Amino acid sequence: MGQLKAGVRLRSAACATEVMVVASPDGAVDLQCGGVPMLDAKAEASAGGSPSPQAAEGSILGKRYVSESGDLELLCIKPGDGSLAIGETLLKTKDAKALPSSD
Amino acid sequence: MNLMMLLEMAASGTPDRVAVQNGADTLTYDELFQAAGRAASEVQASGCERFAMLDVSSLALPVGLFGSAWAGVPFAPLNYRLTGEEIEGLASQIAPAYLVTEDARVEALSQLPRTQVVSREAFLARAGTADAADPSWPMDPDDIAVLLFTSGTTGAPKAAVLRHKHLVSYILGSVEFGSASEEDAALVSVPPYHVAGIAALASSVYSGRRIVQLSNFEAEAWVELARSERVTHAFVVPTMLTRIIDVLDGSGDAKLPHLRALSYGGGKMPQQVIEKAMRLFPETDFTNAYGLTETSSTIAILNPEDHRSAASSEDPAVRRRLTSVGRPLPSLEVEIRDDAGHALAPGERGEIHVRGEQVSGEYLGRGTTVDGDGWFPTRDAGSIDDDGYLFLEGRADDVIVRGGENLSPGEIEDVLLEHTAVADSAVVGIPDEQWGEGVAAVVVLRAGRSASVEELQDWVRGRLRSSRTPQRIEFCDELPYNETGKLLRRQIRAQLASGEPG
Repeated sequence: MGQLKAGVRLRSAACATEVMVVASPDGAVDLQCGGVPMLDAKAEASAGGSPSPQAAEGSILGKRYVSESGDLELLCIKPGDGSLAIGETLLKTKDAKALPSSD
Repeated sequence: MNLMMLLEMAASGTPDRVAVQNGADTLTYDELFQAAGRAASEVQASGCERFAMLDVSSLALPVGLFGSAWAGVPFAPLNYRLTGEEIEGLASQIAPAYLVTEDARVEALSQLPRTQVVSREAFLARAGTADAADPSWPMDPDDIAVLLFTSGTTGAPKAAVLRHKHLVSYILGSVEFGSASEEDAALVSVPPYHVAGIAALASSVYSGRRIVQLSNFEAEAWVELARSERVTHAFVVPTMLTRIIDVLDGSGDAKLPHLRALSYGGGKMPQQVIEKAMRLFPETDFTNAYGLTETSSTIAILNPEDHRSAASSEDPAVRRRLTSVGRPLPSLEVEIRDDAGHALAPGERGEIHVRGEQVSGEYLGRGTTVDGDGWFPTRDAGSIDDDGYLFLEGRADDVIVRGGENLSPGEIEDVLLEHTAVADSAVVGIPDEQWGEGVAAVVVLRAGRSASVEELQDWVRGRLRSSRTPQRIEFCDELPYNETGKLLRRQIRAQLASGEPG
């Protein structure tokens, strides 16, 4: 996927998953979903792939996904069957901070 | 990054849930999403570069806000209480604009140059039937989402610029997606041109909560709606809470059984009012939210647990926290600085500075007030205690400089309010030959109570250093507030200067 930019929308090439980049590290990131590299949301749709069995745990609408080091953070804006990962390392969901409603 | 993304997620998560309700009219999340898309087509076809709304809250508000985001044009809600001339001034700053307003105003506003005026009804009808929009919106985080004219209690109104990155960061940093249950309902009674009105919409949508609109705040109507619509969450400005309590206190039934969370902000909350509210609604969670237009709303909160521990504490330092605005959101940094820009230690008073992704600090056509390191000077004065609680002490511009000593009006007002005969008070600086500035107070007495100038001066002298004793005290029936509860000190100063009692 190369360098990621906060605010950019990406989609999976293997399932319905779409994410927005919330935070990203400097430098290239091998961001994958369903075992294949993610695409820019505006990229031409490829012939419907399916997630590889090693990366098919699915993504959940509204969940934040973070890398081990915490410098990559994604927000799932459309759920799908593939798992989000950097290379073969799956991203983890981030626990929500409980804040009281202020407005 | 775009506000529309928040609605897209809610519409796919809970399409059939009611998103917004005004009287008998409702829109589900899916209907709101579709309407926003059609509104976007309308705006794009008009060729206008901004979407303005001069109207009370209605279903057209969320359709307009999200429709603007979809179309990639800034949304600019205007204050409908302004005079024709003032409105003309604002309109000229945002033209060419697509302007939605109430039917009765369409003809008069159609005279505005480079402004396409549409009635609320016509706008909603088109958003209900026009062709669907291109199902994509710009994702540039730097696009302008909202232009909010600041209330202008000092100087001419200017438009604060909130970009998509500011508002989306605020929501992602403070709200959990889809966290509302089917029963949750938020009563929104602040006007659309107040940042809290915009923030309430965006947070409710992202949490999947039903929004119940009250177009014109009136305490009886608020209470009735809170009961009939089983409202679970609400935000009020301090003057609203004062009136709600007055209504409930005078009635036989003071209960609001469904209200789980009541947040407040937008002005200084008198301690007696919040204490009374907590006694009336012991089951309700209270949150004090402090924020500014320029910071996409809330930057610090005094949470429900803080309220309860402060109210029940014997320790004066803990009890005092009830008058604080709590601690900064975890996604932000707050610093108190002196006039030279140096960070101050706990307990020291200075100007509040804030840094974080939700902070804009930019005004249309005037550039940014944020420094090179990302810090925004709020012009609010305050201090932070040893445990990180932030105390506001008025606007930095309201500080009274008497003989080189900085005096905070809020501190003196609080002491006056502790007097049983005092219902409300405002302290301002007045010119003084000997000290440069002197302390003057305008006091509203409680009905049927009396207190002399000397008695009130003695009262303050007995509790604060003598430099803080008002040298002049005037009485009046009511202090001047704007419609969102901000005390108009400029007006009080002018009245004192002209010799009239406040």
